[in-house]
Amino acid sequence: MPKDQPILDTSPKVSDEVRKTTCYMCACRCGIDVHMKYGKVAYIEGNKDHPVNQGVLCAKGSAGIMQVNAPSRLKAPLKRVGPRGSGEFKEISWEEALTIATDWLKPIREKAPEKLAFFTGRDQSQSFTSLWAQGFGTPNYAAHGGFCSVNMAAAGIYTMGGAFWEFGQPDWDHTKMFVLFGVAEDHDSNPIKMGIGKIKNRGARMVGVNPIRTGYNAVADDWFGITPGTDGLLIMALIHELFKAGKLDLDYLARFTNASCIVNEDPNSSQNGLLLRDSDGQPQVINKNTGHLAPWNGQGVEPDLGTTYRTAGVTHRPVFHLMVDRFLDPKHAPEMVSDATGISTGRIKRLAADMAHVAFDQAIELDRPWTDFRGKKHPKMIGRPVSMHAMRGISAHSNGFQTCRALHTLQIILGAVETPGGMRFKPPYPKPATAHPKPHGKVTPGAALNGPHLGYPHGPEDLMLHEDGSAIRIDKAFTWDNPLSAHGMMHMVISNAHAGDPYKIDTLFMYMANMSWNSSMNTTGVMEMLTDKDEDTGEYVIPRIIYSDAYSSEMVAFADLILPDTTYLERHDCISLLDRPISEADGVADAIRWPVIEPDRDVRGFQSVLCELGARLDLPSFVNEDGSQKYEDYADYITNHIRRPGIGPLAGFRMGENGLTEGRGEPNEDQLDSYIKNGGFWVSHVPKEASYYKPFNMAYQSWAVKMGFYDSEQPYIFTPYVEPLRRMQLAAEGHGRVQPPDHLREQIKRTMDPLPMWYAPLSDDLIDTGEFNVHALTQRPMAMYHSWGTQNAWLRQIHGINPLYVPTKIWEQHGFTEDDWAKVSSPSGVITVPVAHMAALNENTVWTWNAIGKRKGAWALDEKSPEATEGFLLNHLIHELLPEKADGMRWSNSDPITGQAAWFDLRVKIEKVAAPNEAQPVTPAQKSPVGYGPKSQAWKVGQ
Amino acid sequence: MTNLPTTTAKKLGLVIDLDTCVGCHACVISCKGWNTENYGVPLSDQDPFGENPTGTFLNRVHSYEIQPPDLGLGAAPAQLVHFPKSCLHCEDAPCVTVCPTGASYKRVEDGIVLVNEQDCIGCGLCAWACPYGAREMDAEAKVMKKCTLCVDRIYNENLPERDREPACVRTCPSNARHFGDFADPDSNVSILTAERSGMDLMPEMGTKPVNKYLPPRVKDRDHNQEIDILSPLLAPVATETAGFLGWLDKALDAMPSPSKSDSPKDSYKGGSN
Repeated sequence: MPKDQPILDTSPKVSDEVRKTTCYMCACRCGIDVHMKYGKVAYIEGNKDHPVNQGVLCAKGSAGIMQVNAPSRLKAPLKRVGPRGSGEFKEISWEEALTIATDWLKPIREKAPEKLAFFTGRDQSQSFTSLWAQGFGTPNYAAHGGFCSVNMAAAGIYTMGGAFWEFGQPDWDHTKMFVLFGVAEDHDSNPIKMGIGKIKNRGARMVGVNPIRTGYNAVADDWFGITPGTDGLLIMALIHELFKAGKLDLDYLARFTNASCIVNEDPNSSQNGLLLRDSDGQPQVINKNTGHLAPWNGQGVEPDLGTTYRTAGVTHRPVFHLMVDRFLDPKHAPEMVSDATGISTGRIKRLAADMAHVAFDQAIELDRPWTDFRGKKHPKMIGRPVSMHAMRGISAHSNGFQTCRALHTLQIILGAVETPGGMRFKPPYPKPATAHPKPHGKVTPGAALNGPHLGYPHGPEDLMLHEDGSAIRIDKAFTWDNPLSAHGMMHMVISNAHAGDPYKIDTLFMYMANMSWNSSMNTTGVMEMLTDKDEDTGEYVIPRIIYSDAYSSEMVAFADLILPDTTYLERHDCISLLDRPISEADGVADAIRWPVIEPDRDVRGFQSVLCELGARLDLPSFVNEDGSQKYEDYADYITNHIRRPGIGPLAGFRMGENGLTEGRGEPNEDQLDSYIKNGGFWVSHVPKEASYYKPFNMAYQSWAVKMGFYDSEQPYIFTPYVEPLRRMQLAAEGHGRVQPPDHLREQIKRTMDPLPMWYAPLSDDLIDTGEFNVHALTQRPMAMYHSWGTQNAWLRQIHGINPLYVPTKIWEQHGFTEDDWAKVSSPSGVITVPVAHMAALNENTVWTWNAIGKRKGAWALDEKSPEATEGFLLNHLIHELLPEKADGMRWSNSDPITGQAAWFDLRVKIEKVAAPNEAQPVTPAQKSPVGYGPKSQAWKVGQ
Repeated sequence: MTNLPTTTAKKLGLVIDLDTCVGCHACVISCKGWNTENYGVPLSDQDPFGENPTGTFLNRVHSYEIQPPDLGLGAAPAQLVHFPKSCLHCEDAPCVTVCPTGASYKRVEDGIVLVNEQDCIGCGLCAWACPYGAREMDAEAKVMKKCTLCVDRIYNENLPERDREPACVRTCPSNARHFGDFADPDSNVSILTAERSGMDLMPEMGTKPVNKYLPPRVKDRDHNQEIDILSPLLAPVATETAGFLGWLDKALDAMPSPSKSDSPKDSYKGGSN
């Protein structure tokens, strides 16, 4: 070393201790190593042993230290003293806060529990919060799925027992072609990035189908800049091409899907269009070995796709024949959809050819013998190495459910689900709709609801309707407007409660849901509804609002009582198999959060607060027999709650007869400590012979029972033909006791097709698409997430502004130049915003980053912050109701099947305007209950 | 003026794969976190909750739109390239030779370019001399900050061996960043550079950067290959799509389906029972 080179300590002390917990900077739930110095958080990095992220961590995760120290953290319970929306509060004690809440809620529960609407936002404790709501007895509970991606989730469950993300993943180790449809950059983000890195390293091909070429689509080998809302058309054209060429996995379709089940085609039968069933209720197939009908799951049965069944003068065909009729229809030919999708005929054909080539000419064989549920032994596992992934991009449309169904059907006809190289489910999925609960809504004053709120209806009898046909639930989920709304419809709660339709409520209780800002359609309208007063009484139309959040969000200003939550490093949580698990295809896993630091404020974890509030309200499950509080806090619940015999919130480190066990077992008082010692998670690997074909594979089925996913083996087949949809159609045709209102019959017949189909986004029929000729989208940046966390000091330096990105054609048409502004109008609103040019974009689409725009006074930001002056929300342009129809009725701006909020159906028109002082509309400032952030920061915990 | 070593024993540096970088900024923030808490003064932020937030970062990701040329098959769609940039630890580092105090130096043992903050007078000459804009003056401490290649991680005996790599490499979700010794032709970074035609950033500046960039692979095949011999377009099994049974027979013939051989052909020809 030269004499002037300084001596450097290359082995400085890194930290006093590493505490391993689970990230909550988004919904990915990566494992993190929190490096502690002097009892404070010094540095956060990924946990290398964790099944989700294997050591990597995104920008959000590494910026967690700025979240934990954010100036916007609420400090104590608050009681509103100014008008709603003003942000004027006084701090109160927890005793006073809980007394107020109890005084409000107890009379409701005794007289009319439905007058409480309890909705949680990006909650990761739904199996807990729903238990609380069930105990209260209100039917009005859901989380945020209805405005997020219920189309994807429900289409997956109904079609094959699971969709993507928590449910399933590409087989990254074997896939040779990965097709990514409509994904914002935030969902399942680290696993997708890791997967992309893996397949690129192997030289596998990646295809992106997305109007916007950012993020993952920027590295795709081929990009299809599709027109929003037409993904279903493209997918149907791909299926058409594959059918036309006979490039289908017929063996897979016959054995493992209901393509081989026989449909009742008797036009005079009340069962027309349903599957023929035997006396045990089992769908029937024709057994190739005998030529006779046989139950789908009969031992030794070889289902036949080709044969028909004739009886009483009527020929009944297998589902497969109906699929052929549907998909070979010339209207699905690439030539017919090229204009609408914006993808050339040649490119559609080549994409189909690529899929067929990879699936069938590059098939994979793994030497793993396995036995199916019919007792047939298969010497090998055959793989069709085409994998797919999709999320909100194709989901958040009014045709999203059927589009997601079409996507799963495309996977299924290729034989690329649960086979090597295709898509793999993550235990405890797959789990078909029939294995999930049905919705429950029977209200008894002073008592619990009759079962879990949310579930999967199988026919009209399962809908949440009163005898007079009116809605049981405030959000009108599970009504004829949207029968399969499996996640509820949080986006309709405030407008329905304000309208008193179906009824008025007393208290709105919300958690982690920024409903007065970016989590609502029609943001300005929602703020008016929350502040609107009854002219006669002078009281607010929605009389009471309780809200829990960790930060000074926009929604805080509209609540009457604030229950301040902790940050994610100050709390217990469980990422449970009963909820939204973190498993991987090769292993079942769950995880915890634990207080790696103690709060320095008078705040409490929301779930612990519910334990106490539940006891004060005498809710079943929250009190002991003597009436005392059952769970001291959430940690106590996580450890000791029993959902079914042997099954609790956490599956790892349970107590068996001979010591520790997993899956099924008794509570273990040291369970949380065991998790902490194990790195904050538990994982148990799927046996090799059970690793693929899970729904059909008896080795998997017996492992699943052993682990406690279900109590008996329940193999099933995929359902490209979805009978619950047909049952709704039958009702619309006049069959059955539970009948839809007449004005919905045609819509139900048209949209609730048991086979995948496509229709134009519903609003296209009601607005002038010539005038509003530009599609408008939002997406979240990978380096930032929902406003469930605060605007982060580091991340806002990356994404502090959100211009409207405009494609070249529109840019030139309007003569835009840098720093220009545009007036953007939809049929329901107008915004004026800064624009920026982007060429790598569908030529008829504009977009912006979501949730960057903030209200002045929120999040402890300076009122002059760019988020509050130039930042904006597209939400102002999206109404929760569609424009008036010819009959004068206004329908929900949602998918007519699931109620998914149709955010991405938005159409706008654009005009160039002189730059205003700030983005329009301007919402007056709210008063910050926490003050404002510091002018500079430079700290080192270790000094 | 400060002298550069004539040779270094190792040439430690990064390979950054532009084909795989999705622009997620994970490397930016893990770098900010590690280097705030570790080497030298913390990376400060000014007006972090205000009108014009700015701060010190040792690694930033820039995004560029590019328009590929028309190869006669119609203009390919525009592309977005994410370009992470930090100090390239140049062999002929102009930031070192320009330093008036000797604070900037290149280590003889591994070639890492560092700033000895005790000797830095905050004159900023090095930042002017760097053609890559890879150095940032910390506005709070008034000392020059730059990528240290995590010199306090890569040899750190207080870290498990598997963690002895730069924070940005450890955290990169898409595995677009690789760390190693370019002086060793058999190292991971040397092999990647050779196999994927790794490039110098602005070689004309004569700085001989150690870090290499792997260029994006050619994209959007439909605009640069007329016919894909591997995957000709699908041929229909039956031209008459109306005739289902004929189509089905041909479809079954076309398929390598195990069920085909053990099922009588005529089972497709009509009803049973």
